[in-house]
Amino acid sequence: MAVTNIIRAIGRRVVDAVWRIGVVARFFFLTLIYSGSCFRRFHLIIKELFSTGVMSLIIIVVAGLFVGMVLGLQGYETLKRYGSESALGVMVALSLVREMGPVVAALLFASRAGSAMTAEIGLMKATEQISAMEMMAVNPIARIVAPRFWAGVISMPFLAAMFSAVGIFGGYLVGVVQIGVDEGSFWSQMQAAVDFREDIMNGIIKSLVFGTVVTLIALFEGFDAPPTAEGVSGATTRTVVTSSLAILMLDFVLTAIMFRGA
Amino acid sequence: MERTTLDLWVGMFVVAGMAALVMLAMKVGNLGTYNVSESYQVHAYFSNIGGLKPKASIRSAGVLVGRVTSISLDTDKYEAHVVMNLDSRYQFPRDTFANILTSGLLGEQYIGLMPGGDEEMLKNGEQLKQTQSAMVLEDLIGKFMYSKAAEPAK
Repeated sequence: MAVTNIIRAIGRRVVDAVWRIGVVARFFFLTLIYSGSCFRRFHLIIKELFSTGVMSLIIIVVAGLFVGMVLGLQGYETLKRYGSESALGVMVALSLVREMGPVVAALLFASRAGSAMTAEIGLMKATEQISAMEMMAVNPIARIVAPRFWAGVISMPFLAAMFSAVGIFGGYLVGVVQIGVDEGSFWSQMQAAVDFREDIMNGIIKSLVFGTVVTLIALFEGFDAPPTAEGVSGATTRTVVTSSLAILMLDFVLTAIMFRGA
Repeated sequence: MERTTLDLWVGMFVVAGMAALVMLAMKVGNLGTYNVSESYQVHAYFSNIGGLKPKASIRSAGVLVGRVTSISLDTDKYEAHVVMNLDSRYQFPRDTFANILTSGLLGEQYIGLMPGGDEEMLKNGEQLKQTQSAMVLEDLIGKFMYSKAAEPAK
């Protein structure tokens, strides 16, 4: 009897997960369909860009600076063994532009902006603001979800680019200013090795994908949260956990597609 | 249109993001460094190209004069066929010598051009006749071992 119960529980979990994925897909589709009106009322997106993009700036810049500085230190220690300290710039720039920039910026974005989105929408639902909108024949997806979605998608590549740029500056501070790697070879080797289309554009594409996924997860969790205090807190946690995992898994897939055998 | 402080902040955010992108493209990437305005193509056959890759640099006297466009295997001669794009500001004699060299001990490989003494200059689509292959470490060690073995025992 116990065995059948276990199998039944596993089956229910799997069916639930697939069901949820279907609902998320429908939610995504609805968001795209109803986003027309929010582009006509662009101030809605501007307001959300402020709360997701501008408010995430400080954490992104500070984190980027320190990640770059750590890369500079660690890279120097490793490269010194092979006598190729002059390749420090290449190492810092490539790891930031290809991987660390998009991924770490997206992880920070998920915990800084994603969780806030979920909590906000969850609370709107708990206080029946969303039902009130429906009563007034205002489509909550067009009015609440779509502007936030586009704000997230727009701000993510900018945040990732700023993260990379500040990180490279951090690597420069540690590598060139503090340790004393030759400045000329730091920049010139970097410029010779980093390709605009291959490395920088692929990083931007990555961050666009991450921005879409993180924002979608955050909005869906908020919209789907049970209208209780517990429900909202659970949804916020799920947003951070699910989007972090999604970022890391998608990063592997995207890297495998983009940089295979290059 | 009514202006709010919110617009200013978002504007600053977008400007900062754009600035970061431009800085990445110009200062970090290769978009601002070298673009061949006018170029001509030259072919060369090497018996071994070692680790040469497309987009590797072509230098003469250490100055960047072009890039490798494509590398393929010619199945008539079983030699590597390298197509390179040279900046048309720089003209080379027809008997220019092409070497595959390595920058630094473990650095990337590039093609070094040593101009010859011919009066006529290379034209678009012509072939560099004199080439020298890349140094392959195994060959060097093999030669060294062979010459050691050939030495009379003391």
